[in-house]
Amino acid sequence: MSILSGVRRHDGRLGDSITRPDGTAKVQGSFMFSGDLEAEHCLWGATLRSPHPHARIISIDLSAAWKISGVEAIITAEDVPGQLTYGLISQDQPVFASEVVRYVGEPIAAVAADHPETCRRALQAIVVVYEVLEPLTDPERALDGSHPPIHPDGNLIRHQRIVSGDITATGDVVVEGTYVIGMQDQAFLGLEAALAMPGPGGAGVDLYVATQWLHEDQKQIAACLGLAPEQVRLTLGGVGGAFGAREDISLQVHTCLLALRTGRPVRIQYSREESFLGHVHRHPATIWMRHHATADGHIVKIEARMVFDGGAYASTSSAVLINGVTHTQGPYKCANALVDGYAVRTNNLPCGAMRGFGVVQACFAHEGQMDRLAAACGLDPVEIRLRNAMETGDKLITGQPILNVAPVARCIRETAALPLPDEPVGGHDHDPMRLPGGAGRTADRRHIRRGIGFAVSIKNLMYSEGFDDYATARCRLADGVATLKFATAEVGQGFITIAGQIARSVLGVDDVLLDPIDTDVGSAGSTSASRQTWMSGGAVNAVCMKVRGLMFDSLAAIYGVDASTLSIEGRDIVDATGVFRITVVDATAGLSFDETVEFRHAPTEDLDENGQGNCHTAFAFVAHRAVVDVDPELGLVKVIQVATAQDVGRALNPLSVIGQIEGGIAQGLGLAVMEEIIMSNGRVRNPSFTDYLLPTFLDMPDVVISLIEEPDPIAPLGAKGVGEPPTVSSTPAIVAAIRDAIGKHIDRVPVRPIDIIG
Amino acid sequence: MSDPTVPDPTVPEPTGSVGFDELYQLNVNGETRDVRDAWVGESLLYVLRERLGLMGSKGACEQGECGSCSVMVDGELVCSCLVMAASAIDQPIVTIEGVAPIGSPSDVQQAFVDAGAVQCGFCTPGLIMATHALLERSAEPSEFEIREELSGNVCRCTGYGRIIEAVQRVSVSRRADAESGIAS
Ligand code: FES
Ligand code: FES
Repeated sequence: MSILSGVRRHDGRLGDSITRPDGTAKVQGSFMFSGDLEAEHCLWGATLRSPHPHARIISIDLSAAWKISGVEAIITAEDVPGQLTYGLISQDQPVFASEVVRYVGEPIAAVAADHPETCRRALQAIVVVYEVLEPLTDPERALDGSHPPIHPDGNLIRHQRIVSGDITATGDVVVEGTYVIGMQDQAFLGLEAALAMPGPGGAGVDLYVATQWLHEDQKQIAACLGLAPEQVRLTLGGVGGAFGAREDISLQVHTCLLALRTGRPVRIQYSREESFLGHVHRHPATIWMRHHATADGHIVKIEARMVFDGGAYASTSSAVLINGVTHTQGPYKCANALVDGYAVRTNNLPCGAMRGFGVVQACFAHEGQMDRLAAACGLDPVEIRLRNAMETGDKLITGQPILNVAPVARCIRETAALPLPDEPVGGHDHDPMRLPGGAGRTADRRHIRRGIGFAVSIKNLMYSEGFDDYATARCRLADGVATLKFATAEVGQGFITIAGQIARSVLGVDDVLLDPIDTDVGSAGSTSASRQTWMSGGAVNAVCMKVRGLMFDSLAAIYGVDASTLSIEGRDIVDATGVFRITVVDATAGLSFDETVEFRHAPTEDLDENGQGNCHTAFAFVAHRAVVDVDPELGLVKVIQVATAQDVGRALNPLSVIGQIEGGIAQGLGLAVMEEIIMSNGRVRNPSFTDYLLPTFLDMPDVVISLIEEPDPIAPLGAKGVGEPPTVSSTPAIVAAIRDAIGKHIDRVPVRPIDIIG
Repeated sequence: MSDPTVPDPTVPEPTGSVGFDELYQLNVNGETRDVRDAWVGESLLYVLRERLGLMGSKGACEQGECGSCSVMVDGELVCSCLVMAASAIDQPIVTIEGVAPIGSPSDVQQAFVDAGAVQCGFCTPGLIMATHALLERSAEPSEFEIREELSGNVCRCTGYGRIIEAVQRVSVSRRADAESGIAS
């Protein structure tokens, strides 16, 4: 891809493709990830987990484990001093299971010892006697009431109906399908890790942890520890990717408890297998949709039924479900709809946030439907999408109007116009390595078929349903240097890069220092929902504007200029006449301005029982086109190219935006053709990178990108979140391309060889 | 709290040629380093990180699948999670810390920063090691060769596009340097 041939590198202002402030440390191996943190006299912690998806705990015998030399603490539910359960939306998940285990991998006890190997042996020596119960693993059985409740809160986490317009309306053309989405893992590379240090004199605990939301962790940890939130101080440990999997508590409470119990620092680091069990996943879902349309392809009505398998505990399932049902129509006009969505509890792995958050599932279904509709109406897949493309002012089936810039048709047109790959079918040079499956398989060049597929999506940004969503930022400006403080979790996405760009642009400074990311400042909310550029970016912008105002006021007082006529020009402050000019460095010499701001987006509403209400904040749009080569006899797929035009509002740092787009597409490709946590009867069959396949260099195709920059007047900097949309519709585009290649409906992801052959 | 006097029959004591308290030396980044109190079951990755304090090598799978732990042992790129530390005695080991002094990144390291090849950075040390090794073997790899040769290193954040760009930039600038060297 050549988009970067002319990388814009200026002076670190907004719109410049400057590099990351932590880049050098990361390439030199000196950047400290949470798993790299050590302390003197530090112990290792480890977690005992349930081997059963559903069982009653009869007894737990710790005596043999206590006898192992080097074991310093063993804790169970009895040792939890505060609230026994936690959770992001409802507190339904035990810190340690005490009576019943509800999924394979549920924590039962934790140990602290002098060496990871000692920990492993101690865990092995703990004897738990179980009465194995029948697991509930079929989401439909959770719904039909045929299985007794597996949790006091019942087996239904949430039902939401949407009734829109005339539900008796019908169309000339009716198409339907049932779409199945497998369980995807975020598979960040930096495994869950934390270091907890007991506070001096027993005053609370300090936790260094890789997380997406320090203050939410703090609240939940403090409740379980029976401490006041300010007694639990969190600092962001270097985060090796997140993608939603660090939004929930995993090892936080356990690590703190062990440190408080032993009076010593404790580190816990999950293994890869444990990581698969120890965090929430993308919800597997089954979605039935029926579209009614006019003969010329205009959508008349959509009916849908969605079932999201939330696994054993609620996590964010209710919010994921709302995202799913409210995005039923996709980025298309639709007046009439009847949708029923269910999030259910089973003895499968708990599911929650993953990049795309419920919209990935809905999009896979609505895009499959659009292709069916195109075929039924005799239209091209691009044309049917253009005919229905949503515009600013159109309403969702929830009645919510789209107030944002909505360049859906432009995304589609620009994607369709991007160049197709020059790679011939079966790859260049007759090199067998370039065939689907590579040289290790035996794809035959003569049988390879090429396919092209399109998909388009809408994704909500920020939090929904009345949540008080805000971000805090502090700025100190002194002697020409701005220092920013925020609790925004930098997980790799690059917020720390654009924070500096915002401060430089607003304040006219070159030097921006970033204070540690910790709970010494107010919450920034979560690094999720594509929200930090808008929210924390909005907060940094607002606080810098406030500080700039103070600086202008001080100049007015000193020089008698009118503060309201002052503005920043490069590194100078000038007045409207251009007569008065002073550098920011000179203007702030010996002075210091210090402000803190909380930034909020416009409030949102709950949905009523008919699913009506302005429940979301803002929306972004994207189109994807995929080109694939398929060997229909072996069921092998090679993705040749993905092209995309994405509505980004304004690219504050084009290099970072491209990184988000390419990385998001890689995860969409993973869901399309490779990635699935395979569960059988509640047990995970592939909790390793040997068996859970991630896209490698060889799986990723060339990506061709067009950034659609129409600054959004509602967004504080004109910029929309860019992290999730690439993941949402890249998956259905790839599947559409496979369908195109083989001429057969495939309605589940990931697409397996058997789905192609069978 | 623990009672070390009562041996637990269910837990076998570690055995092996290197006991828990044996001392051995590793040659890491040109220095001879003592490894004390090690257990023979420890991987090179564990010893580098936990016993020698070289935290730059990362572990993301401990199964040889991700390449985050890549180091050079006796001139070969290896997954340090799969190598027993004690088996690397007498062989020169180079880790990410040995690539370039802090603050003076190598051309590969600088290209990764400049090209936007780093997001979370967890895969990065392993990829830097693999890229140096690749460019030693093949100074001007094609894009496909880059993909093939680096396919043992997984990155979950970037989708690889900027990493390929970084490798190509190094290749181009090394060639330009070599040519101007010949010309001058
Ligand atoms: S940690 Fe060694 S290859 Fe993954
Ligand atoms: S940058 Fe995060 S894994 Fe590569």
